[in-house]
Amino acid sequence: MKAADVASALAALVTPGTEVIAGGTELVNWLKEGIATPDWVLDITDLPLGAVEASSDGLRLGALARMSEVAAHPVVARDYPVLTEALLASASPQLRAMATIGGNIMQRTRCPYFRAETLLPCNQRVAGAGCAALEGDTRAQAIFGWTPECVATHPSDLAVALTVLDATVALRNGAGTRAVPMSRFYCQPGVGARLTVVEPDELVTAVTVPGLPPAARSHYLKVRERASYEFAVVSAAVVVEMDGLVITRSRLVLGGVAHRPWRLADAEVALRGVEIGDLEALRAAVACSLTTARPLPDNRFKVELARRATVRALRVAAGVG
Amino acid sequence: MSTLLGLVRPDGPAKLTGTTRYAADNSVPGLVFSVLVSATVPCGRLSAIDSSDAASAPGVVAVLTSADMPRFAVPPVPPLAHSLLPMQDDVVAYEGQPIALVAAATREQAEHAASLVRPRYTDLTPAVAFGMSEVVVPDGSYQLVEPDLAFGDVGAALASSEVVVRVSFRTVDRHHSPIEPSATLAWWDGNHLTLHDAAQGISAVRLTLATAFGLPPDQVHVRSPFVGGGFGCKGYVHAHQLITAAAARVLGRPVKLVLSRAQMFTGCGHQPATRQTVLLAAGRDGALRAVEHHSVNAASRADDYTEFTTAGTRWLYATPALRVSTRIERCDRPQPQPMRAPHEGLGMFAIESAMDELAYRLGMDPVALRLRNEPELDPTTTQPFSSRPLRACLLEGARRFGWEARPPEPRSMPSGNDLLGWGMAVATMETFRLPASARVRAQSDGRVVVEVGTQEVGTGLPAVLALVAADVLDVPPESVEVRHGDTCLPEAGMTAGSSATMGAGSAVHAAASELRDELAALGSGRPADILNAKGLGSLEAQARWDPAESGADRSIHTYGAVFVEVRVDAELGLVRMNRCVGVYGAGRIINPLAARSQMIGGITWGLGQALLERSTFEPRLGRFLSKNLAGYLMPSNADVGDIDVSFVDDHDPHASPLGAKGIGELGAVGVAAALANAVFHATAVRVRELPITIEHLL
Repeated sequence: MKAADVASALAALVTPGTEVIAGGTELVNWLKEGIATPDWVLDITDLPLGAVEASSDGLRLGALARMSEVAAHPVVARDYPVLTEALLASASPQLRAMATIGGNIMQRTRCPYFRAETLLPCNQRVAGAGCAALEGDTRAQAIFGWTPECVATHPSDLAVALTVLDATVALRNGAGTRAVPMSRFYCQPGVGARLTVVEPDELVTAVTVPGLPPAARSHYLKVRERASYEFAVVSAAVVVEMDGLVITRSRLVLGGVAHRPWRLADAEVALRGVEIGDLEALRAAVACSLTTARPLPDNRFKVELARRATVRALRVAAGVG
Repeated sequence: MSTLLGLVRPDGPAKLTGTTRYAADNSVPGLVFSVLVSATVPCGRLSAIDSSDAASAPGVVAVLTSADMPRFAVPPVPPLAHSLLPMQDDVVAYEGQPIALVAAATREQAEHAASLVRPRYTDLTPAVAFGMSEVVVPDGSYQLVEPDLAFGDVGAALASSEVVVRVSFRTVDRHHSPIEPSATLAWWDGNHLTLHDAAQGISAVRLTLATAFGLPPDQVHVRSPFVGGGFGCKGYVHAHQLITAAAARVLGRPVKLVLSRAQMFTGCGHQPATRQTVLLAAGRDGALRAVEHHSVNAASRADDYTEFTTAGTRWLYATPALRVSTRIERCDRPQPQPMRAPHEGLGMFAIESAMDELAYRLGMDPVALRLRNEPELDPTTTQPFSSRPLRACLLEGARRFGWEARPPEPRSMPSGNDLLGWGMAVATMETFRLPASARVRAQSDGRVVVEVGTQEVGTGLPAVLALVAADVLDVPPESVEVRHGDTCLPEAGMTAGSSATMGAGSAVHAAASELRDELAALGSGRPADILNAKGLGSLEAQARWDPAESGADRSIHTYGAVFVEVRVDAELGLVRMNRCVGVYGAGRIINPLAARSQMIGGITWGLGQALLERSTFEPRLGRFLSKNLAGYLMPSNADVGDIDVSFVDDHDPHASPLGAKGIGELGAVGVAAALANAVFHATAVRVRELPITIEHLL
C-alpha cells in the first residue's frame, strides 16, 4: 500500500508485519532471499520527507533524501566532506540514485551466512539457530562488540560518517517524535535482539547533523579490495580540529569492524596534543582504542588495518596525507 | 560496418538495445515455469520429500521428484558434465544437487512453491573438503593428456645446477558467473524434442539428450544462437538440461527452467582450487637444466575432473629434464568444469611466478630469462612448432611497456603513499581444434548467407565468419548474413577452448571456397552477377573442416607476453593495476576490432583471478558459502586500468587454413603471474596464492 501522508503512514505501521519501502534497494533483496516476509509493504515515497536543509546549526537530511542528492549537495560537499565521501564510496551510482538516507541506516549485515539463499545457522535469520559464522569464515566479521550469538558487521558507510558527526535520528510514531543519537541507534547483537532502536510503529523521518566548527576537517577512508561497488573491509571516518599542526580535538569512528559504527573514544583522548606530523605518536594514540579488539581467526589483520586506516584518514583530513 | 580496425559486430545493435533473444526470452504456448529444489546437505540420502504444501500452492502444476522422472540412459562424460544423473535415486552427493522440480503458471509461483518443498535427509556425513582427501592419480574421461610425464635426468640436473627455485602455489575455487544464468526451454512433439538453451555447444546438448532419452540425434533439435556469457559453464551438459527435458515429457507440455543465481554456484561447474609445486634448476647463465611441476586439484567424487595445470609446462621452455605430475583429490562438492582459462590459466601462475623468482635469484632480467630459454623444438614431443612468435611478443611487449627503464630492485619505484611495481609473465595456451561444417549460399539479390551450427557467446563470432566468407567470395562483409546456433544447421563444435574461429571459420572458408569455384565455373564477376546472368536465384556449397587432416606433426599453441604496472598502497595492502600491455601471437587475427575486445576481456578476467575472485568452500557446511555476486567479487570498471593490446604478425597454416588460432582464453593467461611479479617488484613481498588480498601485504 502507498501512504499519502505521514499520519496515514504512521497509522498503517501499527499493523504488525508491515515493512516500509522507499528506494527498495535493500528491502527487495530481503524479499528475494526470504530475509523478510512482510504481510504488508508500505510505500512511503510520496511522503514529504525528502528535503535536505543546511543552516548554520547543521544539516537536516530528510529520510527520503536520495544518497546521490545528499552527496551532491554543495553545502554538504563543502562543509561535511566525510559525509559526501562516505556516500560516494557507497554502492554504485545507480543504487545511490534510488537508495534513501533513512533506508541506508536501516541496512542489515552482509554476513554471507545471513545472506545465504537458504537458512544457515544464523540467529539473525532464526532466533536460536546459532551462529555458523563464529566457527566458520570470519574474514568479514567483527573485531569489536561481537557476541557468540552474532559476529556480523554493519555495512553502511553513511552510518559511520553520521556517527563521527554526532548525528541524531528523528523517529516518529502516532504518539510523537523522539531523537536518538547515531551512537545509540544500533543494538547489541544477541538471540532475538533488535537490530536498531526503531520500534515497529516508528518511522525514520530525518537525520540531523550538528554543525562543525569552522576549523574542523573531516575525511572518510574506505578500504576495500575492489575499487568500486564493494563494502568496506575496514573504513575510518574522522573529524579533526587543530591548532597549527597540533590536534586539539578529534572524533574517530570505524566501519566494517562491528555491528555498529565503532567509536575510538580512548584514541580521541590520546590524540589531544599530538602533532599531525608525528606518525609514531599518531599510531600509538590510535592503538589505545584497539587494545580491546577481539579479532576472530580469519580477521586478525583487520586490527592492524584499522589502525593504519585511522592514521591515514587523520592525515588526509589534516591535509598532510 | 567495416572499419580499418575490423568489422563491427552485426549482433551488436540488438544486444545494445536489449532486443537480442536469449534462451529464457523465448516462449511457446502452454509452457510452465519451473524451479529446481536444491539439496541443502552435502552427503547423505533423501528419506522423504514432503511436497504437499508446495503442490497445493497457487498456480502449481506439479512437483516432480526422482519417483516421477524417467530413467536416463547414460550419456558419455563429457559432454555430460557429471556422470551422476539427476533425480534418479535418493543419493545426495553434493550441496545444491537438484532433488525436485516445481512447475507452475508463473516463475514467482514456482519459486514460492519450491520454498515449501520439505526434503528430509538421512545417513548424513560431513563433506570431505579439498585438503582432507587422498591425493590420487586421475582416471576417467576428463583426461586430456597423460597425467605424468618425465624425460631427462632431473636428479642429476638438480645436483649440477647453480640455482634451484622450489616453490609452492595455491589457487582458489572460482565461479564462471556469467550475467545470463543457465536457462532451458524444452518441449516434445511425440518423440521429437526441441530445446531453446543457453549453451556453448548445441551439438553436445543434442548428443547428450538423445542418448539420455534413447533417441536418434535428429529427433533432438537445439537452438542457442546467443549466449549471455558462458566462460565454460555452458560448455558441457548439466543436470538442468536433462531435468527440463524430462519434466516436459512427464508433464506433456513445454517447460522453462532458469537457474537462480545461487544455483549457478552449484549447477554448472566451478574452477577447482589447486595446489602446485614448481622446481626450476638453472645454470648461472639462466639456461634451465630441469623443470618440475606438480599439481593437485579438487575434484568431485565422480569423473575425476582434472586441471592440467602442468600442460603448458611441457612445451614452454627448453629444458633437458622435465618431470610433471597431475593429481586430484576426490571431494564432496559439485562437479568442477573448465573455466576461462583452465589448465594453463592456473599453471602459468605457478610457472611464471617461479620464473620471476629465478630471475631474481640469477640477477637476470625476467624478459632476458625467457628469451634465454626459448626452445627450437617442442621440448617434450621434439616436434617443430607450427608457429611460435613468443620472442617477438616479448620484445614488442617490452618495447610498448617501456620495460628497459625498470629498476630491477624491489621497492625502487615509490609514488606518494604508493609503491609502483612492474612485472611480466608469458602466456601460452593449448590450441583445441574441433571439426566443423558450414554452408554458404550466394543469392541473386547480392546477399550471402552463411549457415553454421556454432554459438555466439559474446565473442563476436558472426563478424569473424562474415569476414571469412566475404574475403573468399570478394563481397562486402556487410552483405553476409550469418545464421548460427541451431542444430538444423551444419554441425560445428562447442564455442569453447578458444576453438570457434578455427573450427567454424575454417568450415566457412572451405564452403565459401567451394562456392567460389562453382561460381567461377559459371562465369566471372560478382556472385550475384553470375547468378543473374545464369538466371539462378541462388547457389550454395557445404563443406567440412577436419583438423585431423593437418598439423598432427606440429606443436600448435598460442603465445603472449603480459606486462603490468601495479600501484600498491602498501600501508593498506591494496593493489590496483595501473596499466597492462599484452602482446599476443595467436595466428592470423581475422577481426582485429573484436580480437582486441576479447583480449581486454581476457586480461580483465585474469585481473579478477589475481586480485578478487574467490569462492569459499565452507567445510563445516559442505557448501560454497556465498552464492551471489555481492559475495563473489569480479573487477568493476574502476579496477581495470589502461590495457594496451596488440598482436604480432603470425600466420599458422598448420593450425587452420585461415592461418588463425584461438584467442579467447589466452588473454586470461599470465595476467595473475604478471601481477604477482609486479607486486613483488613493488613491495618485495612474494605472494604465491591467489587472490592477492590485503592480509598478504600488511
